[in-house]
Amino acid sequence: MNNSPPDRANRPRLELHVPEPPFRPGDKPDFSFVDVPAAGSAPRPGTDAPAAETWPLTETLVRVLDDSGQPVGPWDPRLPAEVKLKILRDMVTVRIFDDRMYRAQRQGKTSFYMKCTGEEAIATAAAAALDREDMCFPTYRQQGLLVARGYPLKTMMCQIYSNAGDPLRGRQLPIMYSDKPHGFFSISGNLGTQYPQAVGWAMASAIKGDSRIAMGWIGEGATAEGDFHSALTFAAVYTAPVVLAVVNNQWAISSWSGIAGAEKATFAARARGYGVAGLRVDGNDALAVYAAVQWAAERARGNHGATLIEFFTYRAEGHSTSDDPTGYRAAGEAQSWPLGDPIERLKQHLVGAGEWDEERHQAMVAECEQEVRRSQKEAEAVGTLPQQGFDEIPSMFEDVYAETPWHLSEQRDEAMGEAREFLGHEPK
Amino acid sequence: MTTRNMIQAINDAHRVMMERDPDVVVFGEDVGYFGGVFRATEGLQKQFGKQRCFDAPISEGGIIATAVGMAAYGLKPVAEIQFADYIYPGYDQIVSEAARIRYRTAHEWTMPMVIRSPYGGGIFGGQTHSQSPEALFTHVAGLKVVIPSTPYDAKGLLIAAIEDPDPVVFFEPKRIYNGPFDGHHDKPVTPWAKHPASEVPDGHYTVPLGKANIVRAGEAVTILAYGTMVHVALAAAEANQVDAEVIDLRTLVPLDLETIVESVKKTGRCLVMQEATRTSGFAAELATLVQERCFYHLEAPVARVTGWDTPYPHAYEWIYFPGPLRTKNALKKVLES
Ligand SMILES: Cc1ncc(C[n+]2csc(CCOP(=O)(O)OP(=O)(O)O)c2C)c(N)n1
Repeated sequence: MNNSPPDRANRPRLELHVPEPPFRPGDKPDFSFVDVPAAGSAPRPGTDAPAAETWPLTETLVRVLDDSGQPVGPWDPRLPAEVKLKILRDMVTVRIFDDRMYRAQRQGKTSFYMKCTGEEAIATAAAAALDREDMCFPTYRQQGLLVARGYPLKTMMCQIYSNAGDPLRGRQLPIMYSDKPHGFFSISGNLGTQYPQAVGWAMASAIKGDSRIAMGWIGEGATAEGDFHSALTFAAVYTAPVVLAVVNNQWAISSWSGIAGAEKATFAARARGYGVAGLRVDGNDALAVYAAVQWAAERARGNHGATLIEFFTYRAEGHSTSDDPTGYRAAGEAQSWPLGDPIERLKQHLVGAGEWDEERHQAMVAECEQEVRRSQKEAEAVGTLPQQGFDEIPSMFEDVYAETPWHLSEQRDEAMGEAREFLGHEPK
Repeated sequence: MTTRNMIQAINDAHRVMMERDPDVVVFGEDVGYFGGVFRATEGLQKQFGKQRCFDAPISEGGIIATAVGMAAYGLKPVAEIQFADYIYPGYDQIVSEAARIRYRTAHEWTMPMVIRSPYGGGIFGGQTHSQSPEALFTHVAGLKVVIPSTPYDAKGLLIAAIEDPDPVVFFEPKRIYNGPFDGHHDKPVTPWAKHPASEVPDGHYTVPLGKANIVRAGEAVTILAYGTMVHVALAAAEANQVDAEVIDLRTLVPLDLETIVESVKKTGRCLVMQEATRTSGFAAELATLVQERCFYHLEAPVARVTGWDTPYPHAYEWIYFPGPLRTKNALKKVLES
């Protein structure tokens, strides 16, 4: 076979463009090319404004906190100190929780863990801006929603350890929580699937004449899935009362955001083609996150439709415990990230406003640490993955269907027989 | 000859084919610079450039659909789907398009493409990183389905798959990427380096599609297995001192029926194994074929060892996994009746 294409006179040779990140291992990261508009510079349309009025906002960044920690501009949500302190505490708790659970995985107490370091503001401030009854369809880096909504840390850890206290009975990977009373829909390992589900929930709320709204999350990498596009189409067509967040943390495992299309358009700008409102927001600015979600929630509640929000942030740690980011990412990227650390920024603001100080902060961190440690001790007293016993084998065959059909009963008995033989005694 | 684990053998198969044939292109999530989350494509971008080995957006539907388009042009795309559990967004493109284009165009267009994907459990992957979906593909006319069980076969079969003129779904048993596994999760895994099948020739060779391998000769019973289950079958035969003939199917479609029939006619007994959930699995197809072709030679009903009809759990993974104990009990049944 002749492998070279035929020459066609005067036509340029075609070439495939494969996006490359600005730095690779060995390079010195320098994010000076990232356009960071001044805090307060983005206008704030009314929440009933036509979607098109928001589209210029998909090309900039909604920012509230300036470099000195002062809140500026029309997006300042003017929150009372206790709300801001609650967000700060939730972020601190999430970071400590992540560190402890990461270590627990390294110690062999569970199989897997995923941190959200650097992205803590997105879930915690969104939780503060939503109504407690609104339904969340998160991905795996929104543990902050559960923390902010007061879900017991011990129960989260029992899920991570797949022990007898795991409300999901050891069926899900660690971090794939689910809790209806806390408005947290079951996490799927299959990326993107939850995005259109959030829209469906919101459509149902509208069909029933309810007043609750839904919020869905997706990573920038997963926006390439068809589900992202179904979600936006349905949200636009039915003016669904939904807030759709894209967490752009720059990396999808080893793939830089350019592989998801970031070179050609912002993720927020995707809103335009569907005719929904769009905002691009500094994801490391807890006040901007709050303001954007509050704006979009009010819009949804007023029957003005969906908003696509891109949270611009950075994944400061590895993708998961199975990942080694030094293999594809320049050292020091997280430290060079121009939008800073969300915890430090909110703290700086609160201290500057005279609402907080270093001493109280240290005391709060120590308290959170203690709480996480105590929860961990309690969870580990229930058990960890390697100690997981044989006493609940029949539970494995439950919940496949509402009622257990004959073939599963037979298989359950077979499995019990095997366990008996393996152990040399009745499994218990 | 070089000692290679299965991942290295697969990596080498890509390299050999990319060197031989400039039409071979390799793409998928994280496969480019980083070389894939399991490192199956490590070093290929460096050697062959970004035009021939590149990262794909996280869109399995997009990956498979663009592979169809590339194959239509005349390239030979090898697409990696990061986990078999994530092949479903691309299922429509595989089933309705890639598998049927040769047929519906009376051969005007062909689909010389390979879809590689790690499958199976035993790695604490929970229900979304552990499935064995091969039956969903063997049920589709126009696809070939290949599952290796050793580094040697993995390389030879992958080269054959890339050279094959039809679309091939190539499932890699990720549990045995780094060493064979006998299902005894409480015993340490021996690395491939200690195993004869880790001797993998350098350069080009093929293991033909549609040809099974008798990995252990025996007279008492025929065990039909593929992928990880081949190692469980061997372990169970050894541990229970059963004179079993273990056949590694290697290719599910097309199936080497001749080798199967000949063996079952000799032994008069048959056990079929799959890691996948039981109902409508490939083992059911095997049992039917054996029953149709060897009925008058059978001295006992065909027995079946499978996973349970539940999603793959996280905590009770070893109770789910069809290991040597389940195999022993099935052997007992097939040998004693
Ligand atoms: C359908 C599907 N394809 C592939 C994967 C494997 N995978 C898990 S996470 C991930 C990267 C996701 O990146 P992104 O959406 O940006 O989210 P992030 O991890 O950065 O928060 C991939 C490819 C998956 N879980 N589901």
